[in-house]
Amino acid sequence: MVASVPLDQGLLLAAVLFALGLAGVLVRRNLLFMLMSLEVMLNATGIAFIVAGARWSAPDGQIMFILVLTFAAAEVSVGLALILLMHRGIPTLDADAGDHLRG
Amino acid sequence: MREFLPLVIALPLLGSLGLMLGAGRLSTRVEAVIGALPVGLAAILAFSIAAGFLADPPAGAVFQQTLWHWFDAGGFSAAIGLRLDPLSLVMMLVITGVGFFIILFSTEFMEGEDGFGRFFAHLNLFVAAMLLLVLADDFLALYIGWEGVGLCSYLLIGFWWRDPANGLAARKAFIVTRIGDTALLLGLLLIATQLGTLDIAGAMSRAAQHWPKNSPVPTLAAFLLLGGAVGKSAQLPLQTWLPDAMAGPTPVSALIHAATMVTAGVYLIARSHALFLLAPTALFTVGLVGAATLLLAGFSALAQNDIKRILAYSTMSQIGYMFLALGVGAWSAALFHLMCHAFFKALLFLSAGAVTMRLHHEQDIFKMGGLARRLPAAFWSFLIGSAALAALPLVTAGFYSKEAILSGAWADGTSGRVLWAAGVIGAFTTGLYIFRCVFIAFFGEEHTHVTGRYGWRVLLPLTVLSVLSVLGGLIELPPAFGHVTLLSNLLAPVLPATAEVKSVIPLLLASLISLAGIGLAALLYWRPTKKPAKTPLWRFWHAAGGFDWLYDRLLVRPVQWAARVNSEDAIDSVFDGVALLTRLLHDQIRRTQTGRVRFYTAGLAVGSISLIAIAVLR
Repeated sequence: MVASVPLDQGLLLAAVLFALGLAGVLVRRNLLFMLMSLEVMLNATGIAFIVAGARWSAPDGQIMFILVLTFAAAEVSVGLALILLMHRGIPTLDADAGDHLRG
Repeated sequence: MREFLPLVIALPLLGSLGLMLGAGRLSTRVEAVIGALPVGLAAILAFSIAAGFLADPPAGAVFQQTLWHWFDAGGFSAAIGLRLDPLSLVMMLVITGVGFFIILFSTEFMEGEDGFGRFFAHLNLFVAAMLLLVLADDFLALYIGWEGVGLCSYLLIGFWWRDPANGLAARKAFIVTRIGDTALLLGLLLIATQLGTLDIAGAMSRAAQHWPKNSPVPTLAAFLLLGGAVGKSAQLPLQTWLPDAMAGPTPVSALIHAATMVTAGVYLIARSHALFLLAPTALFTVGLVGAATLLLAGFSALAQNDIKRILAYSTMSQIGYMFLALGVGAWSAALFHLMCHAFFKALLFLSAGAVTMRLHHEQDIFKMGGLARRLPAAFWSFLIGSAALAALPLVTAGFYSKEAILSGAWADGTSGRVLWAAGVIGAFTTGLYIFRCVFIAFFGEEHTHVTGRYGWRVLLPLTVLSVLSVLGGLIELPPAFGHVTLLSNLLAPVLPATAEVKSVIPLLLASLISLAGIGLAALLYWRPTKKPAKTPLWRFWHAAGGFDWLYDRLLVRPVQWAARVNSEDAIDSVFDGVALLTRLLHDQIRRTQTGRVRFYTAGLAVGSISLIAIAVLR
């Protein structure tokens, strides 16, 4: 029996990861890196679910993690497809260059 | 025969529809036939119905025919129906009879004009609407006819629409009569809401049962109906449109602005006499309006140089006599004068038209002169019409009808004597102004070159109307000679009787006065005269008392001023302000739509964090 990770430390890790991911999305201009940062944020939420599930010994946390995992897979496939599509019109990976919908 | 009554209205209506639908596809000859034939057939039908009516009067001297039920809502029902009684019978005969001869005259008068078919389409439509007006047994159907004749009057005054002045005159006539029409509509709504019916006979009998004499409601209703009558009949204070209406072709002036439409007000008051008897104030006002108008128009006619404007003012003045007769309760005298006036005024207008069509539409009497030798047919018919208008004693219809009015006024107490005096002064000016016109236009030196000859379509109407202007008065003679009362006997079932005057003094005085007017005209204008100098007095009467000037200052200019001031639309600026504010805010908020994914993400993050913070920390 592995000693369980305390709740507050697990949540702290999740929060730090989430903040790092958000910072990546906001700061990076390369679309691929933004997508990767999004993955980090999703995984941060996964950790939060797992930690909470372990704390109350409930299976719900792991179920939610699997759901988040499928979301992430779907998100990546749609996201990469969008990046490819955008690349045809605007041959760059700079997210700020695609501001054609500016008001 | 009576069952064919709706055909009298339907025939001219069909003629009008045929001409409108066939516009541009018919030859002038066919158009003339379609124009004149329906009214001629309607006249023949009307006269045979009248013969049947006189030979075998229906019960109560009223023949009613409901054509269809119009609507039934909230306890109020309206039917389209016709009512033939002696009053509408007389009107129907005048409209179809005189109308046919005027239309026959027009087929020659309008030859070669643009819009020949349009002219007869509108003229036929007018005859149909006018017949509906007088034959309707319901105020609602009467109102349809009332507005219909107004529309046709507008269309025909502006017939020569290429000249903007004619369009202006048409609009003026329409708008001024519309003021009266609005009053009439309000009056009808008052009757409908108070009495619950617009059926003429029903409303009149209910009015007599429910409304006490002299109470405010019938007085108000009578004044509103009087407003409508005053507008349509060109009486004070809505008289200003009639002289300008002379912009239309002369047969139009003869039919609409002399013989029929302008007498609709007289018909309306005679038709609703039961209501006016409940409101003596309104009835007295009718007489007063008539007296004032006949004096004003009589003096104004003295200062006109245009032959058609002289006749227009004369029409106003003669309708003033009819109003005077209604005001003193001489109902059948008003109808008698209406009929005789239709004969001689149509004759005057047609002979004036016959003169101008030979003078290239010159209407200034000072440019005519000496026409008696050149145009004997037009001269004699104009002379006969003038004699009838001036009430030349014994031999003319106008003498007997005017005498009936004046003796009716004489018999009506002290106020009647005042109106009688006004009527006598009016009779003097009538003789003076019309024979001034006769002497200047038909005698003296010739100033114009006359061309062409008349065809039978001009000569026949002139002859028939001349005969009627002389003999038409024989159906009603005063007690002093003959004492024939055919017309008042006929009208007795529908109109109250008039007090009879046995004395011959008013009769003698009136005859002498009209002779004096003619005599003075002969004295002044027998020798060639120059155009009158433009003294202030002449200008005052030339402008008919300056009512146009007054209304221009009082109504037209303030409205135009307000329109000019408000051309930027003050009220609209509120809505413009709302739009401007929206635009300003829009420009500010638009900046946030950068199109950058990172900016939106930051917005989402800040928003979610703040919401969570609020939820947690609260």
